[in-house]
Amino acid sequence: MIRMRITKREPLPKWARVVIPIAAIITTLILSAIPILLAGGHLWKSYYYLFYGALGTRFNLLETFVKASPLLLTGLAVAFAFRAKFWNIGAEGQLLAGALAATVLGVSLGGIPGILVLPVVMLGGFLAGGIWAAIPAILKTKLKVDDVVSTLLLNYVMIHIMGALLFGPLQQPGSSWPRSSAIIEAAQYPILLTRSRFHLGILIALLAVLVIWFINKRTVFGYRSKAVGVNIRAAHFGGINTTAVILWTAMVSGGLAGLAGVGELCALQYRLIMDISPGYGYSGIVIAMLGNLHPVGVLFSSLFFSVIIVGAHTMSRMTGVPTYIAEVIQGMALMIMLIFLLFTEYRIKVVRK
Amino acid sequence: MGEFLEAAFISGLLGAMMRMATPIIFATMGEILAERSGVLNLGIEGIMLMGAMTGFLVTFGTGSLWLGVLMAAIVGMILGLLMAFLSVNLGLSQHVSGLGITLFSTGLAMFIYRLYFGSPTVPPIVQPFKQVTLPFLSKIPVIGPGLFTQYTLTYLAWLLIPVMSILIYKTKMGLKIRTVGENPVVADTVGVNVILTRTLCLVVGGALMGVGGAFLTLAHQNMFLIDVIGGRGWVSIAMVIFGNWDPLKGAIGALIFGFLDGLQLRLQGLGFHISFHIFLMIPYLLTIVALIGVSRKASVPASLLKPYRREEKGG
Amino acid sequence: MSSITKRFLDVTANSDIDFNLYPGEICALLGENGAGKTTLMNILFGYYTCDEGEIFIKGEKAELSAPRDAISRGVGMVRQHFALVPSQTVLENIIIGTDSGKGLFLDLKSAQTKLLRLQKKFGLQVDPDARVWTLSVGEQQKVEILKALYRDVDILIMDEPTAVLAPAETVELFNTLKSMVKEGRSVVFISHKLNEVMEIADRVVVLRGGRVVAGRKTSETSIKELANLMVGRDLLERLEKKKVRPGKPVLEIENLSALNDKKLLTLKGLNLVVRKNEILGMAGISGNGQKELSEALFGMRDTIGGAIKINGEALRSGSPASAIESKMGRIPEDRIDTGLMMDLSVEENLILENHATPEFQRFGMMNFKKIHQFSEDLIGAYSIMTSGRDAVTSSLSGGNLQKVMLARELAGRPTVVVASQPTRGLDVGAMEYIHQRILQEKERGAGVLLISEDLDEIFALSDRITVLYEGVIMGDVPVAEASREQIGLWMSGVTK
Repeated sequence: MIRMRITKREPLPKWARVVIPIAAIITTLILSAIPILLAGGHLWKSYYYLFYGALGTRFNLLETFVKASPLLLTGLAVAFAFRAKFWNIGAEGQLLAGALAATVLGVSLGGIPGILVLPVVMLGGFLAGGIWAAIPAILKTKLKVDDVVSTLLLNYVMIHIMGALLFGPLQQPGSSWPRSSAIIEAAQYPILLTRSRFHLGILIALLAVLVIWFINKRTVFGYRSKAVGVNIRAAHFGGINTTAVILWTAMVSGGLAGLAGVGELCALQYRLIMDISPGYGYSGIVIAMLGNLHPVGVLFSSLFFSVIIVGAHTMSRMTGVPTYIAEVIQGMALMIMLIFLLFTEYRIKVVRK
Repeated sequence: MGEFLEAAFISGLLGAMMRMATPIIFATMGEILAERSGVLNLGIEGIMLMGAMTGFLVTFGTGSLWLGVLMAAIVGMILGLLMAFLSVNLGLSQHVSGLGITLFSTGLAMFIYRLYFGSPTVPPIVQPFKQVTLPFLSKIPVIGPGLFTQYTLTYLAWLLIPVMSILIYKTKMGLKIRTVGENPVVADTVGVNVILTRTLCLVVGGALMGVGGAFLTLAHQNMFLIDVIGGRGWVSIAMVIFGNWDPLKGAIGALIFGFLDGLQLRLQGLGFHISFHIFLMIPYLLTIVALIGVSRKASVPASLLKPYRREEKGG
Repeated sequence: MSSITKRFLDVTANSDIDFNLYPGEICALLGENGAGKTTLMNILFGYYTCDEGEIFIKGEKAELSAPRDAISRGVGMVRQHFALVPSQTVLENIIIGTDSGKGLFLDLKSAQTKLLRLQKKFGLQVDPDARVWTLSVGEQQKVEILKALYRDVDILIMDEPTAVLAPAETVELFNTLKSMVKEGRSVVFISHKLNEVMEIADRVVVLRGGRVVAGRKTSETSIKELANLMVGRDLLERLEKKKVRPGKPVLEIENLSALNDKKLLTLKGLNLVVRKNEILGMAGISGNGQKELSEALFGMRDTIGGAIKINGEALRSGSPASAIESKMGRIPEDRIDTGLMMDLSVEENLILENHATPEFQRFGMMNFKKIHQFSEDLIGAYSIMTSGRDAVTSSLSGGNLQKVMLARELAGRPTVVVASQPTRGLDVGAMEYIHQRILQEKERGAGVLLISEDLDEIFALSDRITVLYEGVIMGDVPVAEASREQIGLWMSGVTK
């Protein structure tokens, strides 16, 4: 009988916190060889095109940032929520809520001065996402409804709200597809670098990293959010209004996801379609965990993911390996990261009897 | 209004209810088993998808439907074992382990499907299960024809419900599972192997989830699409809470969901001009409402979500 | 058990211990909190594995890697916190894991018969179909003993069994143990209560600091000698008490009523007064409403009637913030789950209650310079042994955790201090420190309500003593006039 004994170990030095995630990523890439080979792809060629497709040319590199932007925002959203133990699995729905609000505003704000349009649209998207996250937060704090389930189910509700609207009042006149009219030009995110799709939203996402880092480390709200996540009973004992903290945390989280939706709409699609998000909200969960719930970690893991996703398309074209390898790698990365993180806290001994 | 009360309508609706509820019943039973032992298995959606894909693939390749179902169960068991390794042996966060498995399985399922089938313009199909009509019972007026003309897998789902109840409440193993779920320290001090018990529950549960997924591609439909599970795994999680972790009550929840699903399709067919999407929303909204009603007095297995580690000395 | 050594992260709990047990005897394992008694027995029970050393049971070498190995060799353990599932019945709790019944299915009938037979034989009457949460603590302990007897154990380990029993129940327990031992079974009786050890045990082994310091037959030793061996020095605590005159009431509890977690009425119109410069000691066995009372005072439990007033101002029910605002220093009995955030740093725990005061934050942003100063000062003032203010709180020992708690709660010079079981589970050094601090608070001008199961502590610190029994106050007497007999009677519900 093989038995494992898991005992707590002494805390590792600070450098381990950086080295371990990197080791996890490298291990993941090595293990990715298995599905690549199974798909009949040439191993080194595949790796080459994976990285070339993401980083090889100026356009590719900028595309990697474009793809990273929504991932970064949903990753931050989930990380911020998880830190307070609000299990926000609903980033996908909150993203859609943001995109929806941005559509409504982006289509109809023709009458106000151009320079105000973008801020209003972004604010609307943020609030929409925030409200969509506040609902399960209220259900959790006041009615003890499990947040995993409620945020998940609301994702599906939001998808159908979007569908109902896109086949209904929001539908582009004259079209039989579920798509909205195009947003006005003033609502479009400006492209910042020529011959690319590098847009304002990317800077906003990067700014969000700083803001969240600041909130976490320096503000009273950040302290309370962390306290509630570590021990809600003790936080309550200490006089913290835990209900309010969870609610505000949920709203910030949903707002960030909503901004991701605004970005996809106003920077890339310019109109609302059903497929506006290929699961960014769910990827955000993996990204948040990979980043160990820390804003800078989320930044790096969203870039990692983006490299994989963008690179996988090129790799797929050149070697025939299906693009879904990106999801496989993501899933593997998460599990490997979790295991490695375990090693930072515990020692595992295998005992043979 | 009259058309609602027509026997054919009711019969058809009941039949649809059973059909739509079947995968949820399988998945819910599997999840109840896991959660009763103290593990929240969020890998359910991914396991169902892998089950659906595996079943479809194997049936397509071998022509045998039951072999497909068997392989789907086995794949479910493997994924259940993986979940057990991560969350029980290693004690990683159950939320994250489960979601990781869902994400990994989703990617893996699509990856393997693409590998085998490529991207054809016309999706490949299999010859699905045929429905079986039970001799006596289907003669019952009004409800008979609908309820008792079902796929064999559905009849198996019906059987599963009492089997689960008996297992949990009346067997020695069931008492062990319940004790592990309520207080693993107690179970450990009495000599129950906590890790083994939880692992077994996850493995068997995984098999059931895999079968539930396979139902969708081998009986209900005859092809595999990326959104074939469509959130039913998550609905099952909700049904476990709704049923207060009891197999019979959870199954009732599944039936209600199946009823609404079936109703929604039929109302479309009758020409009700309310948007298709609003209908699709209703089952999920009602599940949330049901959870609100139930969550107050939930008897959650007390050790749910806590990994069991023996050597930790408290302060 | 020979040469047993067991290490946790940075603590060696057991160091080269030899322990022998003979059939038909009750052997006491004596030592103060933290001496390593429970750890050693957990190793015998298979719950922990030793790092070094060997165990022989009935002459055979035993490899114990899990409790089921120990159980199969006839070892049973009744712990301080009962290993029972509250929502299940007595019968279910007893038969779990045993092989009763045919094949797969539970055979409740024959199990019940066997159980009733055992109950009669040893005089442990409990209703098999009752759900455990409905039972009293004494009854739950009987269920635990029945669990062991049902499995026919030869060696029964009891860990501090009398901590939760009333005097009458203790007598019953001792009778049960004596009848078990008459059959040739053996009992290991872990305790730190000297008089009980002398009464019930045949032999006693004394542990101190993880090592065996002595083994004696109880007939050949005395309480004084054992006390000396246990602590290594004179047991008498050196407390400096200043004489202070009590002032006006600072804490008034009027007609307070509250429900417990099972929605049963547990506090029944309680009335209590604590005055400035005074320590009111509340004695009583846990389970009589202490938890609910302290929670109500802390703001962690809603009350359904009555009022709690500090300096005449009523607190808002169920609001910890209200208690904090009214300057109550609160020491909860469960410091880990209720009071501290173990995964955060010491500093982050110290500032929990005042992180939002104007002194430490502005416009929502925290003033770290002041905060660092604050936490450094407290760590120094309370001699908290830690690697620094950023050390993670879970790395601290029990005594230091309580110091963090005290530091935080007393930093604001509170008007009222409510301390619930403040020295539970702590070693003598920590206990002394905390006792001294509590006295200092009283002398500074606070009114202190001390809720404790430890009668020695109550008698040592209090100016007045009262008893809580079944949610009602039984008497109130100045310490000079109080006798242990009287208090003991009140604790058992006997009014004069």
